[in-house]
Amino acid sequence: MNIHQRITGDLVAAGIGFVTTVPCKQLAGVIEEVDRHPEILHVPSNKEDEGMGLCAGAWMGGRRSAIIMQNTALGVTINTLATLIQFYRMPLPMLISYRGEPGEPVACQVEMAVHTKALLAQLLIPAYHFHRQEDVEELPKILDYTFMCSKPVAILTDASFWGGY
Amino acid sequence: MIRSEILQEIAPVLRDQLVICNIGIPSQELHAIDDQPTNFYMLGTMGLASSIGLGLALVQPKPVIVIDGDGSILTNLGTLPTIANNPAPNYILLVIDNGSYGSTGDQPTYTGRKTSLAGMARAAGCERVVECRAEDTGTVLQDALQAGKATVIICKCESGNAKMPVITMDPVTIRDRFMQAVAAD
Repeated sequence: MNIHQRITGDLVAAGIGFVTTVPCKQLAGVIEEVDRHPEILHVPSNKEDEGMGLCAGAWMGGRRSAIIMQNTALGVTINTLATLIQFYRMPLPMLISYRGEPGEPVACQVEMAVHTKALLAQLLIPAYHFHRQEDVEELPKILDYTFMCSKPVAILTDASFWGGY
Repeated sequence: MIRSEILQEIAPVLRDQLVICNIGIPSQELHAIDDQPTNFYMLGTMGLASSIGLGLALVQPKPVIVIDGDGSILTNLGTLPTIANNPAPNYILLVIDNGSYGSTGDQPTYTGRKTSLAGMARAAGCERVVECRAEDTGTVLQDALQAGKATVIICKCESGNAKMPVITMDPVTIRDRFMQAVAAD
């Protein structure tokens, strides 16, 4: 089992049956696996706030949902996180590629990386940072925690984490 | 006709259905006209009514009617390809197109000028797109419920708002009673 299958398996084991994605090179393998999994309805979205709307609807329909996205898009989701996900108290696991950390080849990605944790902290969104391979072992517990407390929760996965595989 | 008159007229059709209602004055009008646990009122987050409704329609079998506006669709145009490429037969997007941003003071939108939302929905790949006059909305909505196919309705009407109170219900209450209505037999 590779890391992409493992993460997808953890999503399914947490009861997640609806996933929306906006692509990232680092997340390509997970997105492919999510798309292939028979127990997940995968609906690609065109923008991350749109994706969060889809997730909110699916969750209200009785299906646990999650979003897979890049940290560069965190800015466009601030209003949605505050006025939809948090205001109506909805759980939302956000598996986020943490672009712009050491190992990053594109300078512009660093410009949003420096804001990522500050924005999450400002929004009081619990954030977990996967840096080493073994950090993935925490994923099942983080997913359970998300649905226990009905909050958006961010899982930041950086280049070192993905480079380990 | 203005939006509130349309809502008044279609309220009996909406009453028994799951409804996701657009932010601002549309939600205030629907809430005042016929508040139901089957109504999900958006209190914030402009543009996402159509996305919330699609997520809901894709995971459960009951019909879902989204009441949206031209301004909100323009805010979240990416929604049209997503609707077209993930067709939910129980999904109805009713766009009340009054050519203006009603909740912010009736500033004109581009749909009152050169832009056609029906044309954009078709170009996005939506297969059942119906344009109608305000007076015919009820009939067109009934047809859509019978059609068993994802439908986008563009209903052209006049700009204007009814003066209704702000919704003070707690958002978690709105969401919780809505989820109970979704899950009910």
